[in-house]
Amino acid sequence: MLAYLIRRLFYALPILIGVNVITFALFFVVNTPDDMARMHLGAKRVTAEAIEKWKAERGYDKPLFWSSAAAGVDKVTDTIFYGKSVRMFALDFGRADDGRDIAREIKARMGPSLAVAVPVFVLGLFSAISFALLLVYFRATYLDFAGVVLCVAMMSISGLFYIIGGQWLVSKIWHLAPISGYAEGLSAAKFIILPVIISLAAGIGSSARWYRTIFLEEYTRDYVRTARAKGLPERLVLFRHVLRNALIPILTGAVVLIPTLFMGSLLIEAFFGIPGLGSYTIDAINAQDFAVVRAMVFIGSALYIVGLLLTDISYTLVDPRIRLQ
Amino acid sequence: MKLVFLWSDILFFLLIAAVVAGGAWASRVEHLRLAWRQVGCSRVGMATATVLLAFVLVAVLDSLHYRERLPGAQENYAVEVRSALDAALTGLRTRGEKTYSAPLATHLFAKESLDADLGRDFPRLKHGGAHLGEDLAAHDSDIAAKTIKGLGLGLLGCLVFGLVTLPLRRAAPHLAWNAQLATVLLLCLLAGPIIVLAGDYHVLGTDKVGQDVLYLTLKSVRTALLIGTLTTLIMLPAAVALGLLAGYAGGWIDDVIQYLYTTLNSIPGVLLIAASVLMMQVVIDTHPEWFATAAERADARLLALCAILGITSWTGLCRLLRGEALKLRELEYVQAARALGVSHARILWRHVLPNVMHIVMIAIVMDFSGLVLAEAVLSYVGIGVDPNTISFGTMINTARMELAREPMVWWSLAAAFAFMFVLVLAANLFADVMRDAFDPRVVKR
Repeated sequence: MLAYLIRRLFYALPILIGVNVITFALFFVVNTPDDMARMHLGAKRVTAEAIEKWKAERGYDKPLFWSSAAAGVDKVTDTIFYGKSVRMFALDFGRADDGRDIAREIKARMGPSLAVAVPVFVLGLFSAISFALLLVYFRATYLDFAGVVLCVAMMSISGLFYIIGGQWLVSKIWHLAPISGYAEGLSAAKFIILPVIISLAAGIGSSARWYRTIFLEEYTRDYVRTARAKGLPERLVLFRHVLRNALIPILTGAVVLIPTLFMGSLLIEAFFGIPGLGSYTIDAINAQDFAVVRAMVFIGSALYIVGLLLTDISYTLVDPRIRLQ
Repeated sequence: MKLVFLWSDILFFLLIAAVVAGGAWASRVEHLRLAWRQVGCSRVGMATATVLLAFVLVAVLDSLHYRERLPGAQENYAVEVRSALDAALTGLRTRGEKTYSAPLATHLFAKESLDADLGRDFPRLKHGGAHLGEDLAAHDSDIAAKTIKGLGLGLLGCLVFGLVTLPLRRAAPHLAWNAQLATVLLLCLLAGPIIVLAGDYHVLGTDKVGQDVLYLTLKSVRTALLIGTLTTLIMLPAAVALGLLAGYAGGWIDDVIQYLYTTLNSIPGVLLIAASVLMMQVVIDTHPEWFATAAERADARLLALCAILGITSWTGLCRLLRGEALKLRELEYVQAARALGVSHARILWRHVLPNVMHIVMIAIVMDFSGLVLAEAVLSYVGIGVDPNTISFGTMINTARMELAREPMVWWSLAAAFAFMFVLVLAANLFADVMRDAFDPRVVKR
């Protein structure tokens, strides 16, 4: 098991390097730093000095891969690739365009992101599974049909509609929760409740429908027929047999998402003014702050790879038939 | 008049040609013909296909672009690129107001100071209900009369449609034509009153700069359909080729391809899209000489967005196809072909590809609705289509601040969301019918 995990970690390394190279190519090879400077400085007629100054301030005034002017190891380290991309492996993300340290900013913004993302994840899983169970219990009845229709209708509505409509109805008409904002500590609850409910509503349609198909597939198995044949009541068949076995794909499918919870949700955080990593990313996109976007891409991929690893581990934990070699 | 072919137009028409050609091919293959017949026999399938075809019709009209010839002896053409839909909706396009007005209103939404002695009041619209003159009491009865006239016209249109398609119904009597006719009736009854009313009113109101919202929503359809279909078209060759190759060849080729898609997959989609769009914008901004008109620039951005969405979304299909090719490789008929000395390329083309086509088709229709929804979100975030391209996302983006007004401006949002809902719901339901028909794993009852 341990050997397997270590080997998997080594597999993850080339993927991370690949991500790094892709982002580097995207940010520095497709467009030269000169292009970025010109775009950032805005005006069509920018002086060459202004561009040089902009590049020097951000450390973009070096060669891309190979600095022939430098001596010794500096030939490699005094380049944009080393300074901006390789250093990310040491969690050194540099500074944003407004001069703040990105790593510090990320640490501070993780909390609010998690405060929204964790309840959404847990409650979303719970509510979708419960709803799917309900539909499966009443399968092949009008209730099941109506539920599936509801699911399809709900997943056909744009996520923006849930957010805008929810804010309008709950905050503006009913005055039940503040429209947006955030507070530290326990008082955050009243700011969090609306985004959580809206995320749940936006997500339940597709996931409940998907879980329903998993449950139904499980119902066609032989052990279910055996359980019924020996006279078990339907309730027990559902909860003790079908639910348990169907939870294996559902839970392991959800595990991959756990690490990415840190990243928060772009839309929800932007709409509700939650100072998390999602709104940080959105602000960076709007301000065209390439350093922050680059850092977020790297962190997001690293967390996803951790998620894949966790998925493998969780398989062995919930399903004793699977052994990792 | 000079015809203009934007790149997206060409690709869109190519796609339609491919769909027609694919349909012709599928009608010759026995099991695919059976599957299509199942789609045609399904009432939901026929109804949703009709709705989708109506959307496609709007998009096709909106893809025939031209530049008008300017008056004068010399051959000069307007800078503005128009489409056939623009020409058909000239009335809607040109009859702009000053700012917001509610659906079917005769007055502006905001008070303005009219005269020194009259004080502030709602000014009359320039075009909405202008034919009423001073006789505002007739407003309601006028709307009612026009609605009834429109319903009558709609009924007539549906009748004509039914008569024209009668030979088709005779030719294939087992298909669910009644569901299709009912959908057409519904569409006609909706469109009739709207067409009649749109002559004298703004049926869905006007937006901040006074543009007709109905016009904007109809223009958005093309953008949504393009994003939903071109993305798949762009990623399809790579996904199919790499997926089949990885599964069929195995070995180091498999490793390389798997590494490629795992790496791409591990970058969070939205962030990869954001980074790519930002970079694409820099490229477009630094090379203004590439584009003759603003429409071409917006078109380039739209295509770039499709390509980027394609790059982030091909991995799922690629993985599926790899798994399928792994299975097919071991089947007897592939083994037999290999024993007979058929080349690998030919085996892939003749024996493997046709047997994964159902997966490809299902993937195309399943992806569509997600992409339409994604466009709106991305445009809201600011990494979607060009801000000057009319799309559901840009409509929602410009309209959402207006909910805070008192009384609120709801019609732009409502129109965009309603059209999007109908399109995505139809696509979702159609995708389900398709999957039931084409996926051999779904047990036929």
